[in-house]
Amino acid sequence: MFDLSGKTALVTGASGDIGGAIAKALHGRGVSVAISGTRKAALTSLAETLRDRVHILPCDLANVAAVESLVPEAEAALGTLDILVNNAGLTRDNLSLRMKDEEWDLVLAVNLSAAFRLARAALKGMARRRFGRIIGITSVVGVIGNPGQSNYAASKAGMIGMTKSLAAEVATRGITVNCVAPGLIESAMTQRLDEKQRAWLLAKVAMGRFGTSEEVAAAVIYLASAEASYVTGQTLHVNGGMAMI
Amino acid sequence: MSDVAERVRKIVIEHLGVDADKVTDDANFIEDLGADSLDTVELVMAFEEEFGVEIPDDAAESIVTVGDAIRFLDKATAS
Repeated sequence: MFDLSGKTALVTGASGDIGGAIAKALHGRGVSVAISGTRKAALTSLAETLRDRVHILPCDLANVAAVESLVPEAEAALGTLDILVNNAGLTRDNLSLRMKDEEWDLVLAVNLSAAFRLARAALKGMARRRFGRIIGITSVVGVIGNPGQSNYAASKAGMIGMTKSLAAEVATRGITVNCVAPGLIESAMTQRLDEKQRAWLLAKVAMGRFGTSEEVAAAVIYLASAEASYVTGQTLHVNGGMAMI
Repeated sequence: MSDVAERVRKIVIEHLGVDADKVTDDANFIEDLGADSLDTVELVMAFEEEFGVEIPDDAAESIVTVGDAIRFLDKATAS
C-alpha cells in the first residue's frame, strides 16, 4: 500500500515544518523530490538528510516570474512531474479594520495565486501523460475562519474552491486534485500565534493537543498514492477533531 | 498537401489516437473525432507549441475542424 517508487514530486514551502515533513514522507515512499522554498539553508539541510533523489529549487512565490519558471525547472530536474504539493504559505495577521492592502495582497499572491499558476503549469505535462496528483495544503481556518486572519482564511478557502474546479476539469485525465486541511499543528507558523489565539484554538481541539507535521504528511501520502485514485476534489481534514466537517 | 497541413494532421492523430483516414479537412474535432472540451484546449496548445504562435481564445473557439486549424496556422505562419 502507498508505494510511490519511481514517482516525482515538487513540494513548495519545503523549508518549513510541514513542507519538510511532506518532502521526507514522499521521499521515504520512493519519490524523487524537488524541494522549493525561500530559505536556502533549510533546503540544503533537508537535501543533506535525504541524500539522494533530491533537487533544490529555491523560489520566492511572491515573484510571478519565478513562479512561472518553477514547474519547468522541476520538470527539467526530475524528468517529469507526477505530484505537485502546493504547500507554501505565509501569514500576515491583522484585524480586518487594521489590515493593510499589502498584507492582504501578499497572502493572496503567495498562498493562492502562486498555487494556481503552479497547478496550471503542472497540468500540461500531467494531462499529456494521463497521470497526476495535485495536492494543496489548505487550513481548517479556510473553512471555519479565524479572527485576525481574514486574508489567510480567504486564501485557504480559495484554494478549496480552486481545487474542486481543477478536479472537475481534469478528472478524465487520470489527474486528481485534492486538499489537506491541517488544524492546529506544531510548527513555526503556529508558534507565531499569540497566547490568546493558541488557547482559543486549542480549546476547540477534541484531542486536546497539537498535531504534528508528520500527521499532515501522512494524509498527503494517501492522496498521492494509487490507492486514492478515485478521490478527487476533496479536502481531507487533519485536525484532531477541531472541526468535524 | 502543405507542410502545415501535414504537421496539423500528425498532432491530431497523435493526440486523439484516431486513424489517419478519419482526419480529413472537414472532420469536426468533437463530433467526428471524439474530442472532449479539454482535448480541444490541449490541441490548441499543441499547435501553439509546434508552430511557435499564439492562438487567442476567440480564434481558438472558431477552430472546430481540422481544416479550420490548417487555415488558421497557414495564415499565422505566413505573416
